[in-house]
Amino acid sequence: MAQRICIVGIGESACGNVPDQTALQLHQQAAHAALTDAGLGKSDVDGLFSCGADWTHPLLLAEYLGLRPRHVDSTQIGGASWELFVAHAVAALQAGRCTVALVVHGSRARGEARQPRSGGTVPRPPRGPEQFEAAYGLTLTGKFALATRRHMHEYGTTSRQLAAVAVAANRWAQRNPKAFHHGTPLRLEDALRSRMVADPLRRSDCCVRTDGGGAVVLTTEERARNLRRPPIAVLGSGEAVSHLHMSQWSDLPDLAARDSARRAFEQAGIHPAEVDVLQIYDAFTIMVLLSLEAMGFCGRGESGPLAESGALDPGGALPTNTDGGALAAAHPGMRGVFLLIEAVRQLRGECGDRQVPDARLAVCNGVGGYLSSCATVVLGR
Amino acid sequence: MTSKAAALAAHLPVIDAESQPFWAGTRRRKFLLRHCNACGRNHFYPRHACPHCWSAACEWRAAAGTGRIFSYTVIHENDSPPFREWLPYIVALVDLADGVRVTTNIVECTPDAVHVGMPVEVVYEDITDTVTLPQFRPLNPF
Repeated sequence: MAQRICIVGIGESACGNVPDQTALQLHQQAAHAALTDAGLGKSDVDGLFSCGADWTHPLLLAEYLGLRPRHVDSTQIGGASWELFVAHAVAALQAGRCTVALVVHGSRARGEARQPRSGGTVPRPPRGPEQFEAAYGLTLTGKFALATRRHMHEYGTTSRQLAAVAVAANRWAQRNPKAFHHGTPLRLEDALRSRMVADPLRRSDCCVRTDGGGAVVLTTEERARNLRRPPIAVLGSGEAVSHLHMSQWSDLPDLAARDSARRAFEQAGIHPAEVDVLQIYDAFTIMVLLSLEAMGFCGRGESGPLAESGALDPGGALPTNTDGGALAAAHPGMRGVFLLIEAVRQLRGECGDRQVPDARLAVCNGVGGYLSSCATVVLGR
Repeated sequence: MTSKAAALAAHLPVIDAESQPFWAGTRRRKFLLRHCNACGRNHFYPRHACPHCWSAACEWRAAAGTGRIFSYTVIHENDSPPFREWLPYIVALVDLADGVRVTTNIVECTPDAVHVGMPVEVVYEDITDTVTLPQFRPLNPF
């Protein structure tokens, strides 16, 4: 039987509004913090997992960090890439292709924004399949709005239920001093009155835009025993890809997490009912609802009423996005790594006011692109 | 070139070998799909080989040009020109009667009238000498 692989270190760079630092600098800070947390050093890293800063990202990042890794992975499936990296790092560590895996992200998404938060269409000559889409002005938020409207049509999901997702994230953020919206409570009525961006999605349905970086370090359970922190085991993982363009998503709004979560849960030998804490990629409120249904935490069409019941809130039956999520805590371009960091903190019992009591089993569901890809990771102690 | 062509220039198709017959079709007021003679299914956007069965035995066929709205959004925020001048506007996924789904604007329709399931038909707008853009409008608005 393959060796168990554990997350042994987590770390973040400066986050929020960081105008005086570069994206590469944020990678380095996060990596240094995570390795220090683990009780490891730069010279221990021989596997590098990261994407997003450049076309030849692993070359640029390894050079900048002064690393000569013997295993690299730069698979780019959007914000879910960091959950995918955990899955790929487990395989690489088990196969002996590396001994210490560094999974890292850094971004100046806030500072380097080329477009407004609504995700205005980026002007570039539309080649290939994009030539059948670009002239119609479908924005980033508009793509998620298409999925939301369809879910409303099929299941009667309401704007109030979407707003409940945003309010739950904001309530968690009030317990996280590092959250972007800490100290800025959001009431349901205010969410429902926030400006329309792409009907039916309002401003309150959209994430914050921040700078920042994060990292996790993985190694074998055997090596983890001698390190500083209690190891958090990767019990299962899965990935799935469904489309790039909304018109090509044949089973819209059925999220690919249906497949990635089934694979992860089967590998871990768990059922949704056993999960203590959930981290779901929430750049838009609809992502939480679609993920809950696709992963089997509720039935089709039941996610809206579930959110409205307060299940996702502090003290609820399904504590979700306990750091405040992308909606209220942090979203530096791509958020995947922060799901892992918060899940590990919960399982270590380091979360203070927002700690889920006796959390033993956590699930992270990364969602990338335009609801295009999912990667699911099951973590436990 | 029309003023709309100038405004949309950065967003107009870069026509290639796989797409050229489609854009030649819209200039003649035809919405061309790819039909696979191996598995019998249609697809859009056009690929040389069928994405369902990978057969290269595909041919161009004219779609009926009618369908129903599968989903839609009304865009209220877009800072990019020229779209910021056109707010609010409707973008929809339309299921054509021929079994394919397309992205399009819904024109000749107000944001409060559009709905999922609405029957629509294709209309063509000549933008440049080479690009005629298909869009959809409500069918039988009465």
